[in-house]
Amino acid sequence: MAQAGHPEAAARFAADDARAHWHDQALWFVRLKRDRQARALPEWEALRACAEKIKAHTASRLADYLEEFERNATAAGAVVHWARDAEEHNRIVHGILAARGVTRLVKSKSMLTEECELNPYLEARGIEVVDTDLGERIVQLAHERPSHIVLPAIHKKKEEIGVLFHEQLGTAAGASDPAYLTEAARGHLREKFLAAQAGLTGVNFAVAETGGVVVCTNEGNADMGTSLPPIHIACMGVEKLVPRLADLGVFTRLLARSATGQPVTTYTSHFHGPMAGGELHVVVVDNGRSALLAAPPHRRALSCIRCGACMNTCPVFRRSGGYSYGAVIPGPIGSILSPARDPARHATLPFASSLCGSCSDVCPVRIDLHHQLLAWRGELVAQGRLPAGKRLAMKLASFVFRHPALYRLGGRVGRFLLRHLPRALLYGRWNAWGRQRELPPAPKKSFRELYGRDDG
Amino acid sequence: MDSRRAILEALRRAGAPAVPAPPHPAPIRYADPERQFAEALVAVGGRFFRAPDAAGLSAQLAGLEPFASARRMVSLVPGVGRSDLDLSQAADPHALEGLDYAVLPGELGVAENGAVWVAGDRLPLRGLFVVPQHLAIVVPAGALVHTMQDAYARISFSGRGFGVFVSGPSKTADIEQALVIGAHGARSCAVGMVG
Ligand code: SF4
Repeated sequence: MAQAGHPEAAARFAADDARAHWHDQALWFVRLKRDRQARALPEWEALRACAEKIKAHTASRLADYLEEFERNATAAGAVVHWARDAEEHNRIVHGILAARGVTRLVKSKSMLTEECELNPYLEARGIEVVDTDLGERIVQLAHERPSHIVLPAIHKKKEEIGVLFHEQLGTAAGASDPAYLTEAARGHLREKFLAAQAGLTGVNFAVAETGGVVVCTNEGNADMGTSLPPIHIACMGVEKLVPRLADLGVFTRLLARSATGQPVTTYTSHFHGPMAGGELHVVVVDNGRSALLAAPPHRRALSCIRCGACMNTCPVFRRSGGYSYGAVIPGPIGSILSPARDPARHATLPFASSLCGSCSDVCPVRIDLHHQLLAWRGELVAQGRLPAGKRLAMKLASFVFRHPALYRLGGRVGRFLLRHLPRALLYGRWNAWGRQRELPPAPKKSFRELYGRDDG
Repeated sequence: MDSRRAILEALRRAGAPAVPAPPHPAPIRYADPERQFAEALVAVGGRFFRAPDAAGLSAQLAGLEPFASARRMVSLVPGVGRSDLDLSQAADPHALEGLDYAVLPGELGVAENGAVWVAGDRLPLRGLFVVPQHLAIVVPAGALVHTMQDAYARISFSGRGFGVFVSGPSKTADIEQALVIGAHGARSCAVGMVG
């Protein structure tokens, strides 16, 4: 499917200057909370390095560990299912629900089921699906998709949520107080939890050694959804596995600190088998992951624990919004994962980065995000997928860089023009760097002149 | 070929280079773990109580509005609070709806983040830590560890089992990043350290 590129979508978001600024600040606030948590631990960098190695180790023996997981999960009373792709995943989940006559399902957050587009699949087959994470419920009621993997409704103002809840949940007209709106959602969703016949969750970690799956939330929605209805379906990508229970000690210390700047999520729940008299089904999904693992330049992207830190810190994400990436996983990691799935559709994403490296600096599993973005640019250029404008500009730049005299002349002319051209000309359509921002004042002298030498 | 085999074979074929399992880093050691625990718990919205015994803790909890005004309460900790619902008769977890307060035993406190390990095999119904409106968890004073790494070294699962780390009350910040306590689970969380 063809798709508008990131620049166009980002321009639409940034056109509302006040909102773009507010979005930027909201995410930067989360980034600062993350920094405070990271600094409180002297072993922070050692933890990241360890997490990176645990992931690499697990990836090198993933099939063995999955078999071990399956053995232990089965022994604990779970049923393990295997799905090669999204369609098979959806078919399995629907099959479990249909066989038990389930028509009311509550879900906690799962990016995997977003990736597989499970909700519309089930709804088309007569099953009511209620997303129960508050942010996810908000976007579900608004018929939107999450714009961020940890903060699904970060793009929405409380006034907009107030209107939405007024229309759909009967809250007072004009009310926008977050505490009031959250209380209304609590009441509304408690009814859904009590009426549900099954609960579906994502999986943050699965443990080969014990056969358990671990789910982390702040709201307790996964816990409500797995302790009231008797059937629990847990959907996981193959990469969620860690070898030993002790490895959770490393990852639970990193996840919430990186994600929201909390020392740990409020609830970290470990499921080994079903509740008494109930059922636990674990659906293990590939859907492109084994292919990613087989692609050496990008296999480290499979280590992602979906904390969202790379989004919160990314200057491009903060100013362009999650929707501009046109994919379930946005931001720096999304810009690596999406082209791996469909290079034609997502060719602009690896260019949606200043390559500042901030994403790589905060990633708790030390994925070399900005190097991978650069690698993708090279691959997309080799595949001939560079947009025409960029191709021309690159050719021109490479010619100029190879001719120092021309480079110096260009600099002089550029500095002169920047100081003397009328605004209307300077900020014309041709100047991509003058959109939604002010150019810095042009200095009279170049760096080379200031440095006092001109020997090339 | 069935999907299970197809997936496992594709992962084996992927040829990710062998990397040995790394040792875990030495975690932080707090000078005063109990104080660190109390501060971390308050920071995540919980309340901390220290008492020599169950009677002492009960007296302190009585000063908490949600505890004092609870119409329906269950307690799994002898000597703390009371039980208005006979859990041995309740097989359906929906019976937990309508409970105002639950007092539960905790196995371990974690100083770095104020979390308490609640073992599922001590709960007659799994939802006891999340469905009641308010929560108190009682932890033996000696059962305090510095970090999650230390906690996992003391936890084991043999076969079937549920367990959860609870760190403060349920919360959300999904509306404009404004922190709201009481999203779906407990609206308040008191931890009493006894002994
Ligand atoms: S790539 Fe790293 S920082 Fe980004 S979401 Fe994944 S784990 Fe977090």
